Amino acid sequence: MADTHSIIGTKNKKGQTYTDTWKMMNEAPRTPSFYTGSEVIKEAIRRASCDVMIAYPITPQSEAAALIGELFAEGYIGDYFRGESEFAVMSQCAGASFGGARVFTTTAGPGTMRAMENFPMWAGARLPIQMIVTCRGINSPLSIQPDTLEIAYLLNTGMLVWHAETAQDFFDWILKGYIVSEEPDVHLPLALCCDGFFVTHTKDVVNLTPADMCLPPYDPYRSPVPCMDMECPPVRMMRDPFVMKSNYISYATHASWQQEIWAAVERSRKHTIHWLNGLVDTENTDADIVIVASGTAVSQGREAIRMLEDEGVRCGLVKVKALRPWPEEEIREATKNAKHIFVPEFNVTGWLAKEIRATVPNSQRVHAGPHVCGGMTMPPEIIVSEIKTALGMKTFSMAGRGS
Amino acid sequence: MSDYRVLPGPEHFLPPAAASMGIRLPNPGEAHINGVITSEDKAYEEAARQFLMAKVPTIFPGPLVLWAWNEKAAKKATAVRHLFNTLKECVQSGQKPMLIPMPDYRPKYPKINPEVEINPNHPNLTIWHNKIDCCMFIGVHCHQANLSLKIIRGGTSCYTIAMCAQAGHEDAMLSFRDASVEKLMKLADTIKRLKGTVQPRLTSAKNGVSS
Repeated sequence: MADTHSIIGTKNKKGQTYTDTWKMMNEAPRTPSFYTGSEVIKEAIRRASCDVMIAYPITPQSEAAALIGELFAEGYIGDYFRGESEFAVMSQCAGASFGGARVFTTTAGPGTMRAMENFPMWAGARLPIQMIVTCRGINSPLSIQPDTLEIAYLLNTGMLVWHAETAQDFFDWILKGYIVSEEPDVHLPLALCCDGFFVTHTKDVVNLTPADMCLPPYDPYRSPVPCMDMECPPVRMMRDPFVMKSNYISYATHASWQQEIWAAVERSRKHTIHWLNGLVDTENTDADIVIVASGTAVSQGREAIRMLEDEGVRCGLVKVKALRPWPEEEIREATKNAKHIFVPEFNVTGWLAKEIRATVPNSQRVHAGPHVCGGMTMPPEIIVSEIKTALGMKTFSMAGRGS
Repeated sequence: MSDYRVLPGPEHFLPPAAASMGIRLPNPGEAHINGVITSEDKAYEEAARQFLMAKVPTIFPGPLVLWAWNEKAAKKATAVRHLFNTLKECVQSGQKPMLIPMPDYRPKYPKINPEVEINPNHPNLTIWHNKIDCCMFIGVHCHQANLSLKIIRGGTSCYTIAMCAQAGHEDAMLSFRDASVEKLMKLADTIKRLKGTVQPRLTSAKNGVSS
């Protein structure tokens, strides 16, 4: 058993130096690099001291799983293999994590849905697995284009859920995500989501940390549950679950267990604020109009704000970085001056708007939209149009092709 | 800061997790009492006072100190034994200190023997049976400790103390973090120092259950 602190400064088999994470992320020199989001995932994992990656390459949504296979060939990952399906992959991730490994995987859209049973199991078993979700359409007829509906299903699994806007977010948050989710008082899986295709397939300038620095390894001895032990919970729970015993004690224990998972989500708040510099980013929140968004809808909102400024309309912006833990107080504070709150989203149901309506006082201020879905893009003009319509300003209809 | 306070129960049919009520864990060098962040020094005094007041002050050592899986664990186990011996020396007649292990986390069916062990799935049974009114968890994996602490708060009036090796426990009424041999010895020293200054509640003990 190696103590995490004593290993700082030593080298791994690839010659990378185990580095204090705060120094690596905040003080080490950064190199601007022009990469796709999938390539950025690979570069983050190169530096993540990952023990096991299990893949079900769901190309063309993301090449990340295949690219990380290259890292295995280069010797940066302890083990790498392909599962039979997304469900198998997530189950195999659980096995590796139960055994004390730092585990990484990726999924998207229908794959997320197929594997869904595993996610509350991961959280219940306190497995700090990191899963990249490159969101895409989930319903028939299938789409490989971005659509964030699957995030709505992840919100109540007990996993931490973060939503990256850019490839830079992605790079930093993959590395920071391990540190937050492996804290012993948290120790939960992290679903790190992005809007697939927009982030995964487009190139952007990303500032990378030095490739010869890597995270300290995972220390399973700090886990709040024992490593793999077939006679003890949580493993025993799965072959001998409480629910199979019909008595008050069994139900009370299971209830207390569930509460503990959500208590751990709450505990992640402090660590997430520390590492992500807050659960939200805000700009101009003294304005009457505020756009609240997550993922690439933030970028579109930012452009809409610039366009509105040209017309003399001032808007604020709240970028929601963490969805679990939910930034309840931060959103209340950031929207306290707003007369109108707009929530642009890349999905048909408007799950983020529903969360915000349930959070802020005077929820009639929340305009759930504009929405696009099924892989449509969201031109900033439609956000501008939505805002101007609500304000009673003259606007022009944006007809789609074929209208 | 949350208005919620982590107090001896019985609190509720299903009490909430203290974290979900806004109670936050202490930072290194701190502790908490009833969910309020405080200095470690204050926590030593209060933990010692609670032990010396209790009719049945009890230590629950868990697997992380019961098994000599590394040198540190073995040393910690020796310190736990020292703490228990100190407690025995410092209590008055009528008080009955106990040392009851939590050897593992297996659900024990059909029935646990509450005289010899405590189990995280139904810790209240051991509390009730032995009329324990103050207890300290040490060496229990954090998830299992929180499970136990919440169930104890829900159904008993026992005062709970956590000597946690990691980040601490909001579900205990008093929690240390980063537990070490030195901290155990300091708690033992504090108990010794307060010996005779604290009146045990021998007549008013609620025997660990709701009155």
